[in-house]
Amino acid sequence: MNTQAVSAHAERTQLGFWVYLMTDCILFASLFAAYAVLRDSTFGGPSGADIFEMPFVLSETIVLLVSSFVCGLGLLAARAGKRIATLVLFGLTCALGAGFLVMEITEFAKLAHEGHGWQESGFLSAFFTLVGTHGAHILVGLLWMAVMLVRTMRVGLTENTVRRLSLLALYWHFLDIVWIFIFTIVYLMGARV
Amino acid sequence: MMRYVVGFLGSLLLTIAAYLLVTMTNLSGGVLVALIVALAIIQLVLQLVCFLHLGEGHGGRTRAYMFIAMAGVLLILVFGSIWIMNNLNYHMMSPEAAHKHMMVERDKGF
Repeated sequence: MNTQAVSAHAERTQLGFWVYLMTDCILFASLFAAYAVLRDSTFGGPSGADIFEMPFVLSETIVLLVSSFVCGLGLLAARAGKRIATLVLFGLTCALGAGFLVMEITEFAKLAHEGHGWQESGFLSAFFTLVGTHGAHILVGLLWMAVMLVRTMRVGLTENTVRRLSLLALYWHFLDIVWIFIFTIVYLMGARV
Repeated sequence: MMRYVVGFLGSLLLTIAAYLLVTMTNLSGGVLVALIVALAIIQLVLQLVCFLHLGEGHGGRTRAYMFIAMAGVLLILVFGSIWIMNNLNYHMMSPEAAHKHMMVERDKGF
């Protein structure tokens, strides 16, 4: 799989970034814990079943999953030194990620417009914080991707660039994994349990 | 390349399966939760191996151990919080809430 030899430096950076990702998981764990505790505290306001639109959420989920897949392909292209393919694939990842974020913001805006903001109840506070934090991570990922696209165009697929692209891909895959659990625990369980 | 395709298609199937379980079937709370959580964990492992290459390469073993350590902390954090808060809720209930709680438990058949 690895057509480029990975230097010791790259190894260390990957390990360090992995440590960061593990701590980010702990962050999300605490937000999940808060959500689990507060999910029944609707304070007269709406519950999950009242506000979640399942087909919409499924579409969002698939968009993010496809972007994670395309990102993986982009990294393969980068490691194989294929510049145009890398740009196209990471560009597509970025577009799909932006699509996901737009969908999420639309959902939030609709809720806020209907008066169901994060101040309404404990449940909504926990919901917006958890899902919003994930969304903020996505936004950062998109910015990072934009920077990497420019860098790849200007400097090309140097060892440095490929190393950074692997970290970006790790980050992006990790966000999709967190979303699996948001989808399951917040949306699927919220809709029915 | 194949592993990315496998990871993607597998995740897609698992996601749609969970979605259909919730929207199309009439399963009850406990069973439904167990099923969708199981599907989520399978998808997690699939993506960890196929996309994140957990356990592979030079530092692979180290990264895998770190993941397990993090998972331990996560489980304590999440389930510990749920347990403690549940316990607090129970012990700090007002008389009216306690009465309501007992009625609910009675209707459930306890």
